[in-house]
Amino acid sequence: MDQHEIPSVAHQHVVFSDGLALECGAALAELVVAYRTYGTLNAARSNAVLICHALTSDQYVAERHPVTGKPGWWDQVVGPGRPVDTDRFFVVCANVLGGCMGSSGPQSPRAGSASGDGTLWGTDFPPITIRDMVRAQKRLVDHLGISRLFAVVGGSMGGMQVLEWATTYPDSVFAAVPVATAAYHSAQNIAFNEVGRQAIFADPDWNGGRYFETGRIPGRGLAVARMVAHITYLSEQALTRKFGRRLRAGPVAAEGALGRLGLNGGGMSLFGDMFEVESYLRHQGSTFTQRFDANSYLTITRAMDYFDIAAEHDDDLARAFLGTRTRFCIISFSSDWLFPTAGSRAVARALNRAAANVSFVEIESDKGHDAFLLDEPDFHRALAGFLDGCAEHAGLSG
Amino acid sequence: MDPVLYVAKNMRLDLRLIAEMIEPKTRVLDIGCGDGVLIGHLYRTRGCDARGLELDMGVVTRAVAHGLPVMHGDADNDLEHYPDNAFDYVVLSRTLQAVEKPREVLRQMLRIGARAIVSFPNFGHWLVRWQLLWSGRMPMTSVWARPWHETPNIHPCTIRDFFALCEAEGYAVERWLAVDDAGRRSPWRRFAGLANLFGEQALFQLRKLERTKAA
Repeated sequence: MDQHEIPSVAHQHVVFSDGLALECGAALAELVVAYRTYGTLNAARSNAVLICHALTSDQYVAERHPVTGKPGWWDQVVGPGRPVDTDRFFVVCANVLGGCMGSSGPQSPRAGSASGDGTLWGTDFPPITIRDMVRAQKRLVDHLGISRLFAVVGGSMGGMQVLEWATTYPDSVFAAVPVATAAYHSAQNIAFNEVGRQAIFADPDWNGGRYFETGRIPGRGLAVARMVAHITYLSEQALTRKFGRRLRAGPVAAEGALGRLGLNGGGMSLFGDMFEVESYLRHQGSTFTQRFDANSYLTITRAMDYFDIAAEHDDDLARAFLGTRTRFCIISFSSDWLFPTAGSRAVARALNRAAANVSFVEIESDKGHDAFLLDEPDFHRALAGFLDGCAEHAGLSG
Repeated sequence: MDPVLYVAKNMRLDLRLIAEMIEPKTRVLDIGCGDGVLIGHLYRTRGCDARGLELDMGVVTRAVAHGLPVMHGDADNDLEHYPDNAFDYVVLSRTLQAVEKPREVLRQMLRIGARAIVSFPNFGHWLVRWQLLWSGRMPMTSVWARPWHETPNIHPCTIRDFFALCEAEGYAVERWLAVDDAGRRSPWRRFAGLANLFGEQALFQLRKLERTKAA
């Protein structure tokens, strides 16, 4: 197996042939939204929960992933009897605009699928925003006949989308749960994203972004981008607990995909041995390239960098939420330094200023930003309880 | 058994007294709400839009997990983030003596709410007075149960102190009563001096005095 594009898989999707006008002024001639649903929409169409995914996740929330074969990325949160209970709620998750699991993005034909012109967007895909992603999701939600979502739930970039939903379509969101997120991307966040992007640009196979025409991918750059990002998802404590200063047994541990990507200094580890943490990061980097497109990575990280809800409302975050009737539950994690609690508290306080109904809790965890994806019983209990309370207020029968 | 009664029966007596002071269908903020038993009770029995602030994160998590709108925060630092008149009642039970700036907290309560309901342990109780007089040591009673170097209660006051503060700040005392530690009413409600001697806890309902036209 050489470095090739992501295996092509047929994703469930809907095509909007009238396209989508983007915030940047450009327009997509055609909008494709790939999505998955779980559970059953009730007769009143009032039990729908939209899950918004993070930077590198996708619509396969609660089922085996068709490309990687791994369990759903939020299996512990979404499913029968889980906090977002699919026996009770109709759960929808869409691949974000700009993504690479079936929704319109850099890998889509520029002129639309019907035109017969197969030229792909590549790096010419217009710059998009979190709001563009949300507007694409709104099209899907309307298409499914849902006028008001019972809840919108998401972590990290998914949490940004939750906040964007609540401010752009306040009447369509009964309850909002932004997890491990913030109202804007900080300079530090942008800086880390930029390192990742530069790594991709520096890859010899980058080919000005039209790597797909050569049959190769900028795998090394994309892997390094993932490695940097992965460090930001973990806490120092979690890294120490998992790996400490342990050396990996055997000098030639890095073969296979790592070797192919040239991440091991050319077949062998440069210093003859390797720390566990290095091996782990290389593995994370190399598996990532098998499921994610570099141009999508650039497009989506850029959208995150642009995110600043207050800027859309005269630099006053409270104004963004003024008059909202949505019930909010803000959740952060104590060891998350990528989206620290202070950012969540700022959102909670802005909601206070807007006299909104808000719950806010910081979950004690040493797992860093990643905690929102992991087994955190307190988080899951809080989420389940919040949704339960909201269901009571919304008149959804148990 | 009716779950509503179950909640009420398990509620601290002073919280039941507070609940009785609150009109149905009103907006309530409970500062230091604990696991949210009062706000849950106000929502279920009175249809109030009741919310809570709590400092202990573990307790906040438990309250949220019970479906209650509770956020992490405290009286000293978070009230300033609410708009004027956001609530009909702002409740602070058994906490005033432990905040950093009691006077500022009261001001904020009556800025964001039309009425403030405040309960606090009475440092003027005869047993407290007697212990200090007799032993010359800081009093230790069932209400003031921790040694001086461990207590979070940095601003103890008496019922008469509180009346004086209300007058100085221009707050009207709409209702008040003194209760024993279990929350049962004391019979001295007409006489502040007696209440100050025999009441273990005090419960006040305040609002801002209307400015008179002459003033």
